[in-house]
Amino acid sequence: MSERLSVFKTYKLYVGGKFPRSESGRVYEVTGSKDQDWLANAPLSSRKDARDAVVAARKAFGGWSGATAYNRGQVLYRVAEMLEGRRSQFTREVADAEGLSKAKAAALVDLTVDRWVWYAGWTDKIAQVLGGANPVAGPFFNLSTPEPTGVVAVLAPQESSLLGLVSVLAPVVATGNTAVVVASERSPLPALSLGEVLATSDVPGGVVNVLSGRTAEIAPTLASHMDVNAVDLTGAGAGTALATELEVAAADNLKRVLRPRTGEDFAATPGTERLTAFLETKTVWHTTGSLGASGSSY
Amino acid sequence: MSTTPHVPAAHALTDVTGSDASLRRFLHGLPGVDAVGLEARAAALGTRSIKTTSKAYALDLAISMVDLTTLEGADTPGKVRALGAKAVHPDPTDRTTPATAAVCVYPDMVAVAKEAVAGSGVKVASVATAFPAGRASMAVKIADVREAVAAGADEVDMVIDRGAFLSGRYLKVFEEITAVKDACGDSARLKVIFETGELSTYDNIRRASYLAMLAGADFIKTSTGKVAVNATPANTLLMLQAVRDFRDRTGVQIGVKPAGGIRTAKDAVKFLVLVGETAGTDWLDPHWFRFGASSLLNDLLMQRQKLATGRYSGPDYVTVD
Repeated sequence: MSERLSVFKTYKLYVGGKFPRSESGRVYEVTGSKDQDWLANAPLSSRKDARDAVVAARKAFGGWSGATAYNRGQVLYRVAEMLEGRRSQFTREVADAEGLSKAKAAALVDLTVDRWVWYAGWTDKIAQVLGGANPVAGPFFNLSTPEPTGVVAVLAPQESSLLGLVSVLAPVVATGNTAVVVASERSPLPALSLGEVLATSDVPGGVVNVLSGRTAEIAPTLASHMDVNAVDLTGAGAGTALATELEVAAADNLKRVLRPRTGEDFAATPGTERLTAFLETKTVWHTTGSLGASGSSY
Repeated sequence: MSTTPHVPAAHALTDVTGSDASLRRFLHGLPGVDAVGLEARAAALGTRSIKTTSKAYALDLAISMVDLTTLEGADTPGKVRALGAKAVHPDPTDRTTPATAAVCVYPDMVAVAKEAVAGSGVKVASVATAFPAGRASMAVKIADVREAVAAGADEVDMVIDRGAFLSGRYLKVFEEITAVKDACGDSARLKVIFETGELSTYDNIRRASYLAMLAGADFIKTSTGKVAVNATPANTLLMLQAVRDFRDRTGVQIGVKPAGGIRTAKDAVKFLVLVGETAGTDWLDPHWFRFGASSLLNDLLMQRQKLATGRYSGPDYVTVD
């Protein structure tokens, strides 16, 4: 019997719930971290792919931010379920991408699934932590509630191809934002496969959009885009010239900027910092009704 | 390649409208449309890449060709005034942006629109003749037109009686157009809407084009924007061929207005390529080519901002209408 031919996978972008190639038609070679073996070709996104992704994210924002927090939690938990079912695939991809042993990569994938579950649980609890009723000197309710910022451009960490990616992406969508995420330039394959997971969970198309390519090429378009409301610059690297350039570009429409941090450990319990980074607190006044003789209408 | 239909010489056109029979003979004698060729030609012209200075020119030209339209049952004087303000200064943050060609409203809003664009050069177009169905008696249609013209409409957009057209009563359609043209008088230009989505075949669109041009239309317009299929590159290309050939034979130039379904700047530029390549650059002028659209203008403005600043713009930076 002849030897079976290998079937190579065509990795594609994930934009607006679909899997397009880069509009430019370009790809680049992705190699393993340890032995520099060719793994696959990944799309080399252009600025137009970035623009299309922002349009998709904007379109999805109304529905996603308007969904109940409980519903968002269920949807994100579903992502964890789908990811669990693909553990072996992601273990292989992470092992190749980061040059790890099977066992270490498997541990990272487990941690990634747990990270989704952790953030899924936060969706309907963050408002109680950040918001509240403010005492005011008058017959009013005064309520502060955290609301999503809008479309968030996320530069995923360069080293941690899956756990790092999920650690920056999950808090953005858990809080009701929609995201355009630029995958790790060297190791984009786990991120592109995550697109397939998202497409088969209940996440509406456009809520998460995954681009692969040169971070330095795509990021300036996103940072200067007037319809992007916030940027997470993690993938630009702390203290780099690129990070500074992006921060300047982001100032044009007063985007929220999350600066890259040095030596961030994605394996550690994250805390709520990334959840709060892309929330805006809105405060509303509401009358309590007329006051009775006793000073209260109740 | 496009096919140039053979059309009888000008002197022959004067007697085709004499009777229903001669009109039918003429319209049915027009060459059949090669549907596959037409669509391929329209698609091929849509692949052209327009960049940098050409793009800037095309965007400004497209903006100046927009008939900014609001034709909703829920229209209010306030909304029409806002639309008028937008037509005069489409982008208040950049006063180099050209004004649109016209605002297009229902007859009862003409007076409001007229006041909103007064002194700006922006025209007021009014739909009439029981738009969009056209299902009313002739007296009602004419009254509709007179009212719009009396209120100051510079342009009247009429709908043809598709029922009569499809059942072959061409002379009835012809006489309606001439009657409406009379009612418009010298003060208003007449646009004739075919509702191409209801005419079923390209042959019918070609026939309707000639019928309207013979009857004295100043513009031929694809659709009302109220049905499923509106302006497409192919049916607009067909109408552009018709006006080109009509001018070759009679010396009379007639405008074209695709309406409905054109939402992006990219689409608009494709239509401009069709105009330039088919009818010729004489038609690349707001006097002879218009876009019937509402959301198109916002996309044109966002593209214009992108070109000026190098940053992609967003819907937060244009008005919601």
